[in-house]
Amino acid sequence: MMFVPGNSPKMINNAEIYGADTLMFDVEDSIAISQKDAARMMVKYALKYLPFNCETAVRVNHVTQTPFGMDDLKAILPSKPDLIRLPKTESVDEVRLVTNLIEKVETKEGFPEGSINIICAIESVRGLYEARAIAKEKRVVAIALGGEDFIADLRTQRTAHGIELYYARSQILMAARDANIQAMDTVFADVYNLEGFRKEVTDSKDMGFDGKSVIHPLQIGIVHEIYTPTEQQITHSVKVLASYKDAIANNRGVITVDGKMIDGPIVVRAERIVAQAKAAGVWIQEEFNHEE
Amino acid sequence: MKNKAGREFPIHIDGLKSYRPYAGLFIEPSTPVRMAGKLLCVGKPGSNKILNSLTEAIEATCLHDGMTISFHHHFRNGDYIIQLVMTAIAAKGIQDITIATSSLNDCHDFLIDYIENGTVTALETSGLRGKLGAYLTKNPSKLKRPVIIRSHGGRARAIEAGDLKIDVAFMGVPTCDRFGNATGQIGKSACGALGYAMLDSRFAEQVVLVTDNLIDGYVFPYSIPQTDVNYIVPVEAIGDPAGIASGILRITKNPIQLILAEVAAKAIEHSGYFKNGYSLQLGGGGASLAVGRFIREKMLKQQIKGGFGVGGMTGVFAKMLEEGLFEICYDTQTFDTTAIQSLRENPRHVEMSASFYANPWSPGPIINALDIGILGATEVDLDFNVNVITNSNGLLMGASGGHSDIAAAAKLSIIVMPLIRGRLPMVRDRVQNIVTPGESIDVVVTDRGIAINPRRDDLIENLRNRGLNIMTIEELQGLAHKLIGKPQEIPLSQEEKDIVAVIEYRDGTLLDIIRKPL
Repeated sequence: MMFVPGNSPKMINNAEIYGADTLMFDVEDSIAISQKDAARMMVKYALKYLPFNCETAVRVNHVTQTPFGMDDLKAILPSKPDLIRLPKTESVDEVRLVTNLIEKVETKEGFPEGSINIICAIESVRGLYEARAIAKEKRVVAIALGGEDFIADLRTQRTAHGIELYYARSQILMAARDANIQAMDTVFADVYNLEGFRKEVTDSKDMGFDGKSVIHPLQIGIVHEIYTPTEQQITHSVKVLASYKDAIANNRGVITVDGKMIDGPIVVRAERIVAQAKAAGVWIQEEFNHEE
Repeated sequence: MKNKAGREFPIHIDGLKSYRPYAGLFIEPSTPVRMAGKLLCVGKPGSNKILNSLTEAIEATCLHDGMTISFHHHFRNGDYIIQLVMTAIAAKGIQDITIATSSLNDCHDFLIDYIENGTVTALETSGLRGKLGAYLTKNPSKLKRPVIIRSHGGRARAIEAGDLKIDVAFMGVPTCDRFGNATGQIGKSACGALGYAMLDSRFAEQVVLVTDNLIDGYVFPYSIPQTDVNYIVPVEAIGDPAGIASGILRITKNPIQLILAEVAAKAIEHSGYFKNGYSLQLGGGGASLAVGRFIREKMLKQQIKGGFGVGGMTGVFAKMLEEGLFEICYDTQTFDTTAIQSLRENPRHVEMSASFYANPWSPGPIINALDIGILGATEVDLDFNVNVITNSNGLLMGASGGHSDIAAAAKLSIIVMPLIRGRLPMVRDRVQNIVTPGESIDVVVTDRGIAINPRRDDLIENLRNRGLNIMTIEELQGLAHKLIGKPQEIPLSQEEKDIVAVIEYRDGTLLDIIRKPL
């Protein structure tokens, strides 16, 4: 998920070629107050007229704490982004305000219901304590950690080991899983420190996050690399699924693959790995595919 | 008259030879051509070649009005030689000089003054940039005839065939001895190979070396031998080392260039040519260097060992040579200090002349054995023709370089360029000017898709289903137009007096004409 400043025609025009899964056009923190309306219009028309093939999202200004948020939504929703990212989310009420507006626009514009969904960024301690409820709100398909603001709220700073965000990351992940939605990790601001970035993505993936927000095209390849299952994992998962399918077809109970017993969680994990591999564009022979 | 590339021009252009139209990639000359040569002269024992000043050199060579002098471009944007020599020539009141140089850079904008005062009246070069390029495009009548643009291989051919007769070659050399043996590998202004200077020295009627490092001992190995040299002039500085060679050219962090490079490397990997013993030309541009990085990784991973590398050399290639990824590399001009060091220290890093490199009229320039060449472009067109010489306003701002040479000779020639620059699509209906004919281009790699020349069915087959976004060139253009629209054509003057330059193909035929934009 790559952030793209909403006031740069050049960046908006080129944004798609780097291979991000989602483009997040920003009209919030990367835009100076004097540029807010320009960015809002630019994003509105870019979404309307440029043929983006990937998922699109817009990070709007806060809907109650700033005078810009609701105007952003009114201008941009009719252009039908896939997602609206709400910054500094702290209450269920804020989300509902937006959900209602989305529903109205969907009806008015004749979009299919559920065309536009919400991702909520948790960027404060208060927000973190509300994360469980926020994650369960209608149309909320993901929650994300907004690390920089969160750290400011904590009165600490970013470190290489990341201890300062460990609790927040854990809580957000739990809230997401509890609500059965996705969890996105925060950005890594030191753009040219690709090794540091690689470590952070590896750590957050190991924690269980579903993806990473990025602020520079150079970071995209690394995220894909880390989130794409290895050849070994894919081969093993395909084998597990094939054996499982075979066992069901022949009414066999206990199955083993490479000498190890296969049970429910292992099948679920194998399914997830195959799904991730497919999403990453890795070719998998259909006959081994468990989905029928 | 219309040539095979579809370009039309007058049969006769004032001041120029009567041209044959471009007729294809490897065409025999219409009449047999013998190698040209200089007048022989008797060398007297004990004679001293060292002169006190360039003024003395001008007097000693009897340089006079109407003569052709030559320079090389190994000092790139740090060159002082042309300025030093032209100052001396102008001070003597000599007029009507033709400058035939292997290329020109931004640092040569001062030539405008010498054109204005009539000292310089004709130019032959690989490239023109900066203020000088814009000035000549807007004021073609300031010269007595159009500029002649030649590729590096084409210039070598023109010199050897006698099309380009050099009266006096003023060759800046970073180090030479008192006999005139010269090298670019050492000295405070070291530039590495002297591949372009070798040819001027051998064929010019008289050769003056200009150096800021005249040594007492003996230069060996040398690039220019004493037998070619008439005079030596020591000066304080022949160039600005910072402009001559940077430290190692860094691999770009520009994400678009990285994407281009990654896609190009992938295309190479699956092209069918990427195997043990393959040969590669990279170039010194940002995307080319980045291609080198990705190719290196693939070679290491797949344990592929290349044969030779060729062209302008960079630290990126020197490193691959040192790692044993290539057996040898042939170098005409050396771009960075790391590569200069490699040329000095690595016996498998070999210097070659422009003729050895790319002369089409020779039994075998090294590029004739080349598998893969990576090239840039300012724009391409639906026939795969490439322009690298004029910009979107029709102004001269580039250089032919080895572009058309490499494209013609390489089994796989790949153009790497962004599809859109600013608000302009880089795939045109017809390029502003053709430097490299489309029939010598195989693949165009852009950041939004790649197009394969339809005459290369084999490549289309090899590259299909490899995760490359293959489109037709028309589809690529359509994509660009959809995003940013179609720009207007630039109106050009059709008057003969407004012909700015002629672009010779490497075999000396007429490929295109650069006309003054209105």
